[in-house]
Amino acid sequence: MLTSPAAGVARLGADRPSARGAVRRRRLATLLVAAGLLLLAVAASLALGARPIPLATVLDALAHRVPGDVDHSVVLDQRLPRTVLALVVGAALGLAGTLMQGVTRNPLADPGLLGVNAGASVAVVLAIAVLGITAPAGFVWFAFAGAAAAATLVYGVGAIGREGATPVKLVLAGTALSAGLTSAVTLVLLTDTAATTSFRFWQVGSLAGRGTGDGATTLLAVAPFLLVGALLAMVCGRSLDLLSLGDDLARGLGQRLGLTRALVAVAVVLLAGGATALAGPIAFVGLVVPHTLRPFLGPSYRALLAGSVLVGPVLLLAADIVGRLVVRPGELEAGLVVALVGAPVMIAMVRRVKLAGL
Amino acid sequence: MSAGLLAPGAPGPGVDPASAPSSAPSSPPAAPAAVRRTGRRRTRRVLGALVMLLLVAVAASLTWGGLTDEVLAHLRALLGLPGGQVSFVVGTLRLPRVAMSVLAGVAFGLSGTLFQTVLRNPLASPDVLGISGGASLAAAWAILVLGVSGAAVSAAAFGGALAVAAAIYPLSWRGGVSGYRFVLVGVSLAFAVSSGLGYLLTRAAVDEVRAVLVWTVGSIGTPRWPAVGLLAGALVVLAPAVAVAAHRLRALELGDDLAGGLGVRPDAARLGVLAVGVALAAVATSQVGPIAFVAFVSGPIARRLVRGAGPALAASALVGAVVVVLAELVAQHGLGPLEVPVGIVTGLVGAPSLLWLLATLNRKGRGA
Repeated sequence: MLTSPAAGVARLGADRPSARGAVRRRRLATLLVAAGLLLLAVAASLALGARPIPLATVLDALAHRVPGDVDHSVVLDQRLPRTVLALVVGAALGLAGTLMQGVTRNPLADPGLLGVNAGASVAVVLAIAVLGITAPAGFVWFAFAGAAAAATLVYGVGAIGREGATPVKLVLAGTALSAGLTSAVTLVLLTDTAATTSFRFWQVGSLAGRGTGDGATTLLAVAPFLLVGALLAMVCGRSLDLLSLGDDLARGLGQRLGLTRALVAVAVVLLAGGATALAGPIAFVGLVVPHTLRPFLGPSYRALLAGSVLVGPVLLLAADIVGRLVVRPGELEAGLVVALVGAPVMIAMVRRVKLAGL
Repeated sequence: MSAGLLAPGAPGPGVDPASAPSSAPSSPPAAPAAVRRTGRRRTRRVLGALVMLLLVAVAASLTWGGLTDEVLAHLRALLGLPGGQVSFVVGTLRLPRVAMSVLAGVAFGLSGTLFQTVLRNPLASPDVLGISGGASLAAAWAILVLGVSGAAVSAAAFGGALAVAAAIYPLSWRGGVSGYRFVLVGVSLAFAVSSGLGYLLTRAAVDEVRAVLVWTVGSIGTPRWPAVGLLAGALVVLAPAVAVAAHRLRALELGDDLAGGLGVRPDAARLGVLAVGVALAAVATSQVGPIAFVAFVSGPIARRLVRGAGPALAASALVGAVVVVLAELVAQHGLGPLEVPVGIVTGLVGAPSLLWLLATLNRKGRGA
């Protein structure tokens, strides 16, 4: 939709063919490096852990499994599922974060800002406290429904009024609802010890044991939602580029602001809600991924979205691997490690580059 | 941020409002002066109304449940008047609680507004930048690992808040501090400390987790007088600094270049304002925990009420105090037999009110 004005803007920005080619080459190189990093991360995720397994054995296991071989079993039954889960969840969170920063034009925005994490948490804690569900696989649809309900409410409140869902209104409404829901969660936890016991482990966000058995069927059940979300995200890229010019200019170029924002919100709910349903609330991935990419890819959201699909999983896999290695033979949950791995990266990025506002 | 855009009275030639109305009956300067006068009158009215509201809230908190006579008798005893009688409920339970609520609300309201204004981002309150998170992590560590309580937890929390703040500044320094970089570094640290808190909470016994939860959501409970005195003393010491910060903020709002022209060094001024904000947040958080939402919401509400230029610091402080006193009243008496930490009420009640405020203001086309 609305392609011709956007093409006009692109041409305005880079009218010299050589400059345009350089930008394109730089983008391609960045995406290739990101893909290489992702491949490395996947290999490391399959090979490393409490029981280090040589890469040759890993490849062997992937090619033809020998039943009864312990190494093969570890690779295929434990590490492969959680690696796949990390790929899916990381990509979804990366995409959702980039979308949120684009639509709110706020560098602090992450999917949690739309109330996704808080909504999922409330639904899960109620499922535990009221319905007595304790198995993580039982939380999935509660988490998804809670995330969707919270995001709808935030968007609905933010969209009331003449100008529709402006960035500041979305941010305020999202933070308000998240704070309220977090208080509700704490209230339930303070009155119900059993709920505290199950909930605190769900809340940190983890990949361990959530991609196997029941987890695998859940993954398959949630996958279509994530796929639709990802497709929507890709469609929205061009519109986000126009939105970044400011509301008035974007409207003048023929953008329908309300429609774009609503589409982005739906995509974020599907992606972040799905990811939270699968792995619990994993913060920070959505925030940090676009920031690591901007210095290399520039401000274009089409490029950033493509990069997020690759870098999101790299970050999550790195966190998961570090979590497996630091307290061997125990583990730290990926949701805990991701901020510890990501924060230094983020700070280094923020310090290194000359920052352009959004 | 956007409220600043709505501000009337663009900084014209008359930067010093006090000297403006002395002469000049000519028509062009009269218009901005008149605007400024109506703005100031509105500010005074809003401040007056907030003070009244605060007094009513305080009186209601003290006398709730038909204790009016007891309160009056206690006040008479405090003032040394005849007919006074010291009351345990009023003197030891309610008075320190209300005093702590007012002081904490003022501190959080001021701190959040200073941060949001100087960093030019409505999200940039101390809770979002990891300063409250640092306090929570340190307090949780003190409770869970050291097994202490009371003043030791407060001291740890104070140290944690300062440590995070002290880390943000050098990490975001690169030949000057841009608000943007400061905010991003702060948010990164906030996520790092909150995962540290998650680690402690998943590795601790469930009963102890509850104590930490109460602390991290923010609770006033029944503070002792020395704690109240500590916070009051800190506020008195910081008051001149807040006044200076307000002055610097006004210059900074004109932009770095103009501020420099007025003899204000932008980086030093920003550092100063942030330091005051950190000190306020740290000392209040150390006593009552990071009461959810107050620092975040006081500034935006105050700005909407005052509708003038500038950060509306006095109004923010009063809004913060009103919010905390009312929330504590609800937390103590509003939920039947259940007494909950005040932070739960500020979240549960504060959030819907802000949503409502947004929705109603939006319908009039004046939304954020």
